[in-house]
This record gives sequence, structure tokens and C-alpha cells, in this order.
Amino acid sequence: MGIHVAAAEQTSAGAAAQPDRPTRTGLLIIGASQSGVQLAVSLRALGFDEHITLLGDEDHRPYQRPALSKEFLQGTVESESLIFRSNEYWAEHNVALVKGEHIVRIDKEADGSGVAHSSSGTQFPFKRLALTVGARARKLEIEGSDLDSVLYLRNADDALALKARVGDAQDVVVIGGGFIGLEAASSLQKMGKNVTVLEFGPRLVGRAVGEETAEYFLQAHRARGLDIRLNTSAKRFTAGHSPGDAPGDGRRAVAGVELQDGTVLPAQIVLVGIGVIPNTQLAEQLGLTVDNGIVVDRFALASDGTTVAIGDCANMPNPVPGTEPGERIRLESVNNAIEHAKVAAYSLTGRREEYAGIPWFWSNQADLKLQIAGLCSGYDRTVLRRDEERGKFTVLYYRQGRIIAADCVNAPLDFMAVKNALAKGQNIPADAAADPATPLKTITTDS
Amino acid sequence: MPTVHFTGADGAVRDVQGNPGDSVMETAVRNGVPGIVAECGGSLSCATCHVFVREDCLSQLPPMEDMEDEMLYGTAVDREENSRLSCQLRLTDELELFVTTPETQV
Repeated sequence: MGIHVAAAEQTSAGAAAQPDRPTRTGLLIIGASQSGVQLAVSLRALGFDEHITLLGDEDHRPYQRPALSKEFLQGTVESESLIFRSNEYWAEHNVALVKGEHIVRIDKEADGSGVAHSSSGTQFPFKRLALTVGARARKLEIEGSDLDSVLYLRNADDALALKARVGDAQDVVVIGGGFIGLEAASSLQKMGKNVTVLEFGPRLVGRAVGEETAEYFLQAHRARGLDIRLNTSAKRFTAGHSPGDAPGDGRRAVAGVELQDGTVLPAQIVLVGIGVIPNTQLAEQLGLTVDNGIVVDRFALASDGTTVAIGDCANMPNPVPGTEPGERIRLESVNNAIEHAKVAAYSLTGRREEYAGIPWFWSNQADLKLQIAGLCSGYDRTVLRRDEERGKFTVLYYRQGRIIAADCVNAPLDFMAVKNALAKGQNIPADAAADPATPLKTITTDS
Repeated sequence: MPTVHFTGADGAVRDVQGNPGDSVMETAVRNGVPGIVAECGGSLSCATCHVFVREDCLSQLPPMEDMEDEMLYGTAVDREENSRLSCQLRLTDELELFVTTPETQV
């Protein structure tokens, strides 16, 4: 296979004269992700007038991921609804979309320009580089993990593979009691499947929420008929007798999950959701500093001072105002992908805007609508607001008397009040906050 | 074809044709209408697709559910009588809707 220069660059002056060193213009965004899309959109909003190439390794136009475990899986939204922007939008804004190209190597020089090489042999020259490469699902390596219908849920193809198999399945075992696992488990249960969730740890959702919230979700899901087993892990997956006419590539399909104690749970589908690993391979090959993600400064710049790295793949200074200097964090969320992209867009247009803000998250599981404002790590006190009758549940987190975060279930007023208070540096005194009949907005104080 | 006329806080108007069944929010975002952020993609979690609906169009819209009502108390620009979250407004065949977007959504 010959070397192809990306079509977007073939018209550039000089490309013909120096075929082995195409003119390096424009910005190459590797990763057609939430953050990649937002970066392109924000750059155009800021008046960035150079060419932008938004390159992804999937065969889909850039799409939104959150619905994959929920509405898309359940079939209540169409794939077309997940598309971020119309083709006309990208054309009007001079953004070239490249699908299905997997970048395997990047040559870059000190001025930040270079050439990215894809596995198909195509070259993508650039003047500036943005890495919005996201994260990949952590794989479970046990006996039988290569059987058909042992699945993950990270991208659209994963969701399509799951949807293709779900019709014939009665029993699903979900491995991992985190957000993805619980969202998918709730969806599959709603679709009539017999779902069991195995969680290796002593509680659900790991450290993303506090203990009270984890316990609330455990009870709420069990009350809704989900079989959740804590402190439980799979020992191996057992195979069925023949692949039959099931979808897939003729591999033998999974038939059961054997637990450490020898129990075997029937499973025609196993869905593994045990976290993600940031994609740092390209950054490592470029010699960028990598430590649980691509290390960036407050302006989203990687260690070379020219490449920006944003979203799930980036390890950045904690953006929460008032954080101890030097504290770093990697966030996996839509909100972070968007806000981090805006900061990177400023950096690429010569403005220096530090990333600062209150992270927020959401997770919809069955009729449980969880909204999280702030980061609860380091809390020393919690206040519970429970309204059993209306199905509302809020945990407020405090550190040294100041509110730092809230987990809100079916309580958007509480969520909004805390999110706004945190954004404005206000407090919600703990002693007055426990009565769910008192709106938090009315007791918020300026100091 | 349903049409939505978006007026920005600065007075600029964008007329966008949409597909029946899509939400007003989706129609705006896919076409890059400024003034609609929609961080959560329509799952009623973020209140960043706030619009003010022209009074004479309000009766064409589905009634507001509790969750939307509560989320509207957290919008960046305070809600008014004619406020809706545009992710909850579905386009119907002959709908012609006039909305104004607030000065900011976040």
C-alpha cells in the first residue's frame, strides 16, 4: 500500500513539490470525541480561521456516548439522534471529518508541527496537534473472556454488538457495579432480561459517590428487582455447546459465569464494566509526560508546551477553585470534556484562560436520576435530605464547615442549588440543611 | 416540515427546519444554533437548553412535567412564565415555533 497524504492537505501549496514532506497547516484533532467536537466548535466560535481536521478511528460520524447505555440500548432514541452536528455544519465551518483512521505514529518537531501516520498508510500533516483520544474499556482477562457475547460498552459498535445479541438472551451478568454497569443493568432489566450485577468491592460505584449514596443505590436497585452481589467476582466464563446461528463470528458463545465459590450463573450475555484506561500510547510515543493520563497544565498544554490534550485522556490540575496547588485529577465526564475543550481553544488562539470550574456528573438508572455537583473527596461531614414520599434523596458533603459537593437523586432543585452555590463560592450551612422541606437556595450564604 | 425560529439574546434570528419527532434542542445543536448548549444531550440533567417561547406558541407544546419544572429553577438566566427546556419540546409535522435563547446557558 502506498503512502497517501490526507485529501484535506493535497491542495496545499508545496505539497506537490515536496511529496515526502507535505505542507504542515492547520490543526489536527485526534479523537472525534465529545472533547474533540467541542474543541472544533469552540475554536470556530473564537474566530480560529485555520483548517481543522477532526479525525476518529470509528466508522461513525462524531456522536454522543451517554445514551449508549440507556436510551440507545433500550431503543428509545435512534442512532441519528446521537450525531453531534450535521454534515452541513462541518462543511460550513471548514472542519474536515475523517472517519475510520487509526493513528499509529506521529512525527513532531519542536515548533509543534508534524505528521500523523495512520494504520492505512495515510499521512495527516499538521501545524498544531490536539489529543482528544479518550479512554478504552479495561479488559477482564479470565478463562473464557474471549467467548462471543462477553461484551464491553464504550462506543457505538459496542452498543450495536450488545443490541444485536440482546433479543435472544434471557440472562445477563453485568460485571462491575459502577455507573456504566448499573445504567446498562437497569436498561437490560427494563427490557425484560434477568440481570445479575457482580461487584468486586464492598459497595457500588466505587469512590465516585460517598457511602450513603452507594447504600441508597444498592437498596433502591434491589427493591426494583436487580440481583446485586457485592464482594463477588467471576472466576471464569463457561461456553455453550455451539455457536448456532447467533450473531458474531462463529466463536463459541458464553453460557455462564462461574463465581469464586463455584456457583455458576447462567448468562447468554456478559457485560463487563470495570473502568477505563486513558489512551496514552500516542503521547508516550511523542515523549510527552504521562502519568494516569497525558499530563497537562492549567491551559490544557502537554509537557511539550504546544500539544493540547483534553477530556478523559488528560491528567490536569484539579479545576475546583481553592484546591491545594499541585493536586491533579483525571475526570471522565461530558462536562469536563466540554469545559476542558474551551480552555484548550483559548490556548490554541493565544489566550491564556486557566481551567477552573465545578465538575458535575449525571447517571440515569431506571427511575433514579442521579446528579452530582462538585467532588466529594476529602469530606469530613455529610448531611442527608430524604423525602421518601416523593422519592428524593440528597447527600451534602462538607469539609471544614463548607459545602464541597452533593449527590442528588431525583432532586434537581438541590442539585442546582449546590452547583450554583459552589460556582459562586457560597456556602450552605450544614446545620440548616437537613430538612428537605427547606429549599437549599433559601439558606445559601455568601461566605 | 416543522420550522423553529431562534432569536438570540442579541436579536439575531436563525430559522431552522427540523424533522418531526426530533426535539427543538437537537434541531438547534445539530445545526450549530448559538445559544443552546445542551451539555447532557437531552437527558434532563443540565438545564442548558433553556428557551423562552413566544406566548402564542405555548399552547402548541406538551405540558411541562415535574422534572423539567424543577430543572428550570436552576437555569443560568432566571426562568420566566414562558420558559421551557428545549430538549423536552418535540417537533410535530406542521409546527412553527418561535423561541428566544437567553444571554447565557452556563
